[in-house]
Amino acid sequence: MIKISNVRKSFQNLEVLKGISLEIEDSEIYGIIGQSGAGKSTLLRCINGLETYDSGTIEINGTTVSAKDKKALKNLQKQMGMIFQGFNLLERLDVYDNIALPMKFWGRKTKSPESQKKILDLIRLVGLEDKVHAKPRELSGGQKQRVAIARALVLDPMFLLCDEATSALDPEITKEILSLLQKINRELGITVIIVTHQMEVVKQICQRVAFLSDGGVLAEGKPEDLFVKPERTEIKTFLREESELLPTEGVNIQLFFSGEGSEEPVVTQMARSLDSDFSICWAKLEDFRENVYGSLVINVKETDKDRVCSFLDDKNVAWEVV
Amino acid sequence: MGIVSTTSMTSIILDALGQTLYMVFWSTFFSVILGFIPAVILTLTAPDGLHPVKAVYEVLSFIVNVFRSFPFIILLVILIPFTRIVVGKSIGTTASIVPLTISAIPFIARIFESSLRETDRGVIEAARSFGASNLQILLRVYVKESIPRMLNGVVLLIISLIGYSAMAGTVGGGGIGDIAIRFGYQQYKTDYLVTCSIILIVFVQVIQMIGNRMYKHLS
Repeated sequence: MIKISNVRKSFQNLEVLKGISLEIEDSEIYGIIGQSGAGKSTLLRCINGLETYDSGTIEINGTTVSAKDKKALKNLQKQMGMIFQGFNLLERLDVYDNIALPMKFWGRKTKSPESQKKILDLIRLVGLEDKVHAKPRELSGGQKQRVAIARALVLDPMFLLCDEATSALDPEITKEILSLLQKINRELGITVIIVTHQMEVVKQICQRVAFLSDGGVLAEGKPEDLFVKPERTEIKTFLREESELLPTEGVNIQLFFSGEGSEEPVVTQMARSLDSDFSICWAKLEDFRENVYGSLVINVKETDKDRVCSFLDDKNVAWEVV
Repeated sequence: MGIVSTTSMTSIILDALGQTLYMVFWSTFFSVILGFIPAVILTLTAPDGLHPVKAVYEVLSFIVNVFRSFPFIILLVILIPFTRIVVGKSIGTTASIVPLTISAIPFIARIFESSLRETDRGVIEAARSFGASNLQILLRVYVKESIPRMLNGVVLLIISLIGYSAMAGTVGGGGIGDIAIRFGYQQYKTDYLVTCSIILIVFVQVIQMIGNRMYKHLS
């Protein structure tokens, strides 16, 4: 478990982390999302000791991350594999040697039968069996990130930290990498912590998410709770849902569907039972992990407003007037 | 002069070529080893290094600049007492290796420093994230990744040492450049001048070609 309590961090006069508190449970996929400059990468770097923090505490399974005790920090870093936006592979080493590199830092033989088995198993896990001796420049972005993932796993970490790991990849490759991370989480039980500014990433695999804004945690919870019906304007702005062109006459009502609700034909039922007309102005369907969540804006006559609202309440559909 | 006239041009030039190779080889050898050390210190203590120490970086950087700005011909003269301490004499092919090396150290140190510092920050960060020590990062990341660039630097060094070794003739160093000046220029023997020039051109081309091949192979 990672426990972050009231962490603060400044660069010169700029405070980038303003008292962050979070708890990341074992074996979950946890997302840290926010605009650029929200402090999310800095937070991740503080978690694995690449950056120091000014006050507060970060505990990994009860041990505090601190630069004071170099040896303890090194041991903690061994528990945390990390992957990056720029992949950060050594250009002169082939796939095998890149993956083996962390072993060398820990004084392990990289050519011993156990090490070889370990490395080849990882190469198989990330699906690069035919690229064992390829150099990074012969690989595509997605393949490079696969090598980086294998490298991050070679010391058998408990946590995998991902710093904008899919930001340099196209949508299709992003999906593949995310599926791989999900597989690693499921099969190896590794806790995955993902820093990203991409909603798609959070939607596809994160079980819980923290929304960071201006150095603070604005909201925390399940992605579907945070993003299907966003409460805070910062999140709405982030999702770019503010400036939809909606009719100025009548009443605009936004409906939110989650889980089971999204499969029931509520809208057509409502039209029939209220015997009234309304127009659909805007709609969106989203997948959060395996479930579909949707949101719909309808425009109704002023006189129908109360009937529509009570109908929606009966059907247990969340709504709000926009 | 009697000796010169009875000795064939071929043997004179071959001797000189041997002296040039001897001077260039040993001065390259020593300056690469001795230049690597300040390069590493500069890299580590630079503001973006693994262990930034402003004072060390700036003092060392200043010293390197001072030595680099000395004209070689002046260095050659200033270093005469030092050369005598190191090799026991101040004149001759072996003696000229000392000023050649001293002048080459700051040159190659700067080249190595910039080669090392070109290493991708992200890769260094990745190594740190896996718990690598500074020494491990230095050897397994900085040096490992910079080898092709450093090799290019050595080629540059060898080529400029060939040029400098010609000047070393002035302290009795001998070598191709010396023959070209003394026979070709001062005694109006055009055939010497042309032959020496061709040898130097071929020499530089071959070194550059080998360097390029090795760079390609290593990177």
